Amino acid sequence: MSSFHPHLLDRRLRVARAVVWGVIGIMVAVFFRTQILEHGKYRLQSEQNRLRPIPLPAPRGIIMDRNGRILAENVPGYTVSLLPGDEDSLRATLVRLAPFVKLDAAGIERVLVRYRRAPYLPVSVLGSAKLELVSALEERRLIFPGLVIQPEPKRYYPDSGIVAHLVGYVGEVTEAERGQPKFAPVRLGGLVGKDGLELQYDDSLRGADGVRFVEVSALGHVVREAGAGQTLAPVPGRPLHTSVDLELQRYVAQIFPAGQRGAVLALNPNTGEILAFYSSPGFDPNAFVGGLDPGYWRRLSESEANPLFNRVIKARYPPGSTWKLAMAAMALKRGLVTFRSHMPIPCRGGLQFGNRFFHCWSTRGHGDLTLSEAIAQSCDVYFYQLGLKIGLTSLLEDANAWGFRRPTGIDLPGEKAPEFPAGSEYYDRLYGARRWTAAVTLNLAIGQGENSQTLVNMVRFYQMLASDGRARPPYLVHPASATTSLGLAPEQLAGLRLAMLNVVQRGTGQGAHLRAITIAGKTATAQNPHGPDHGWFIAFAPAERPEIVAGAIVEAARHGSSIAPLVARLIARYLGADTTAAARIQETLPADSAPHATPILPGPAVEDTTVTDTIATTRTDTTPAPPTPRNR
Amino acid sequence: MVATLAACGLVTLYSAGQTDVPTFVTTIWQRQLIWLGVGALAAFLMFGLSPRLLEWATPYAYVVGVLVLLVTLAVGTGGGTAASSKSWITIGGVRMGQPAELAKLAMILMLARWLAERRAPPATLRELIPACVIVGIPCGLVVLQPDLGSAIVFIAIMFAMLYWAGTKPSLLLLLGSPVIGLVLAFSTAAWGAWIILLFGLLLWWRPYVWEGLTVMLANIIMGVIAVPFWRRLAPYQQNRLLAFLNPEVDPRATGWHVIQSKIAIGSGGLFGKGFTQGPQKRLAFLPAQHTDFIFPVVGEELGFLGVVVALALFVVLILVLLRVARRATDAYSSLCVFGVASLLFTHIVENVGMTVNLLPITGIPLPFFSYGGSFLLACSTAVGLSLRVAWESRQSGYAEL
Repeated sequence: MSSFHPHLLDRRLRVARAVVWGVIGIMVAVFFRTQILEHGKYRLQSEQNRLRPIPLPAPRGIIMDRNGRILAENVPGYTVSLLPGDEDSLRATLVRLAPFVKLDAAGIERVLVRYRRAPYLPVSVLGSAKLELVSALEERRLIFPGLVIQPEPKRYYPDSGIVAHLVGYVGEVTEAERGQPKFAPVRLGGLVGKDGLELQYDDSLRGADGVRFVEVSALGHVVREAGAGQTLAPVPGRPLHTSVDLELQRYVAQIFPAGQRGAVLALNPNTGEILAFYSSPGFDPNAFVGGLDPGYWRRLSESEANPLFNRVIKARYPPGSTWKLAMAAMALKRGLVTFRSHMPIPCRGGLQFGNRFFHCWSTRGHGDLTLSEAIAQSCDVYFYQLGLKIGLTSLLEDANAWGFRRPTGIDLPGEKAPEFPAGSEYYDRLYGARRWTAAVTLNLAIGQGENSQTLVNMVRFYQMLASDGRARPPYLVHPASATTSLGLAPEQLAGLRLAMLNVVQRGTGQGAHLRAITIAGKTATAQNPHGPDHGWFIAFAPAERPEIVAGAIVEAARHGSSIAPLVARLIARYLGADTTAAARIQETLPADSAPHATPILPGPAVEDTTVTDTIATTRTDTTPAPPTPRNR
Repeated sequence: MVATLAACGLVTLYSAGQTDVPTFVTTIWQRQLIWLGVGALAAFLMFGLSPRLLEWATPYAYVVGVLVLLVTLAVGTGGGTAASSKSWITIGGVRMGQPAELAKLAMILMLARWLAERRAPPATLRELIPACVIVGIPCGLVVLQPDLGSAIVFIAIMFAMLYWAGTKPSLLLLLGSPVIGLVLAFSTAAWGAWIILLFGLLLWWRPYVWEGLTVMLANIIMGVIAVPFWRRLAPYQQNRLLAFLNPEVDPRATGWHVIQSKIAIGSGGLFGKGFTQGPQKRLAFLPAQHTDFIFPVVGEELGFLGVVVALALFVVLILVLLRVARRATDAYSSLCVFGVASLLFTHIVENVGMTVNLLPITGIPLPFFSYGGSFLLACSTAVGLSLRVAWESRQSGYAEL
């Protein structure tokens, strides 16, 4: 029988058909599973294949002064970034891109480091690109796969250095910052405030970044820019209204002695609203936007003047004679003296205590003074005795209660707490129990010794004097709550104000004297072991019902000649008075700081007061944590 | 019927050329049209060719096929997905085609002739040796190219035709057992079980003692040499097989093809993304979308329905060919047509199967879809031959059973 008999063929045909149907059936089943059952999964993968998310940075909230003038705004800028691919192709593209964006080998490595941190996000190459560069790159788009040029809002500070320490600056979020809960929602590479108001109110200024999708080919070229996927619009940051008066701020920057280091703070004594907040020297916060030029960063961080250092809230100075008002207030509160009280020993240029002679700043001596006169003349001898009368324990107790050991709670980051002993145990620790004498009281009484205050804290104390005795913590946007009060009767406060008025009109602060308004203030010279003394002046006006309290400190001011007029002009400007009169005043202020006590007898005298030097401002703690410079 | 398939293929190829990434593929459908014309001409010529004449010419065609393969091995150039292989004939810098495709056809004819000359189907393994030689020569040459995919096709066709000639399935199993032994050799337990099963089968079917011993020995040898053989494989072949088992091993390189192919097919869904609209293809994620991976384009753009329709067309074609083979007037024609059917079927199954990771990736084109002149020519020729056989059986008044 032939093997090709139809009957046999039919049998084989059936088998062959069964095989065909079986195999095709399996394939249809597999396709059914792939296309219908697992459709969602593959669809998603397909989208992930071709769509690349590109974050749309939210415009940061605008920062405004009390009259709606702009402190910080956004201007259009361009960023250049590359879509991620594998590292080798990214490196190749960067090498080709380097001549255009001026990237050296180290710069390429830094970009790659950023890429490795977030390999799924576009890696930023240039934070702020000029329009010419943008067009040059756009023309060569084909040779740069994955090139994304995106218009992005760029932070701009119109007043630059004038408001630098107030508004702070922004920069790319660092790895360490992302660990903090405050910055948890910030994406990698996002901008956050680094200092000042930008940092303090970053939450509300930041807004929420959006995202858009571009379609890319397998080679990484961007094929379609828009409409490739759903775009999530960014939520702009909320505007920030501050209490600062930009006009006044500019004026302060204008009249501040050029090239000098120091700080100025002005606030409304009845509310605590900060009107002017200036630290010199300033820096250009715009330079931090879109990547800081390493050269500029080096200049900033290596400068002797330390421009990044906020001298209003971070620098501590011995308060010097500005402290005498605190002594007077303590004595008055405790009922130890009245404004007409005399001290047992009149001023003859100094006071002998123990085996040492404590000088008054005036070697001629002030004679027999009342409290009012002593404040006006800033007589050290009077306050040595007042300090002894109050006693160390009470002095420390009151100073602590009035917040001379605590930060003011100003709504800016990095405020330093003043340095002040919590109690007499401090001296036990410092010198050993019973190894120190009441001489420390004498030093504390004239604002020296173990006492160094920030400008903001001293201004806050004068704010209490200038208002009803209650503390209203300085603030720019939101006040901190405080219950501190001097506990003085209104007439006592009025008396202190009158005494301070006398400082300006007859005493040490005549440089601030203006005919049109009554300015009450207090000068001080803080001893500086590193060079010329620092000059203080804190004042308020009008003396009867103060509307502004302003303080200034100028480092190494030598004779402090310019400080009192500086504050006076600031106050006059704010109150709308003619300031030309003050501008003419060029009176040299007396150095109303007592020289060091001289030992009368040689012997094992305790070198207690020499500690003064160690507490004076040291530069070691003044350097702010450097932000990592964003390379270009 | 074939015209419909060819039209579908052309349209898909046209779509495959429509990418956002400029490649030479864009205009390739025009060239395919030309090849289609050539193929139609070849089919027409074949239709005019008597099977008797063909039967006479078969040995010469076979010898020519083998010679061309030899020449290819000597002067061939790489191309397509495996650039290092030598599967192309290049004349004057122009790639003329892959001779392996035509050699498959020659092999079918030769095997058909040899089987048809026999009065009885091969009953022993020894009688199968000539068939193995007929297939083994071109197959071995193709392996040397190396083109493993085509070699598998050769072997599949051989088994199909032997079966159609009436060889007992048990004999075929014994013949194929070394291959099974080879595959199972990578798991010692499975291989041991297979050897025991084979031993049982040999006892049951009782072939000649020497043949039984040979089969046993071959299996054991396969098991022993499997691992060295694996090491001898080219790295890309190893990778393909590994990637078949787990595409995620190397998703950006070896597994890329199959992952992207599955994504393309899977994202197509029921109705697809619309003709020429598939993003996987448009954005060049799908590799070789005009040749080996043309089927995912169908899957992505036309969806499950398109896939079913395409498969249905293929099934109809195969079934028609099977019917022609059944009704053929003589054994030679019948075997030829069945060989053609098995050729196309193997190609379809392997090509479509690999796009969904059902089978390992081999560079086997999809009949009438993939771009490629020589294969299209081979398919057209084969179809022309089948039409002639069908015409002859109708002429002879073959009674419908």
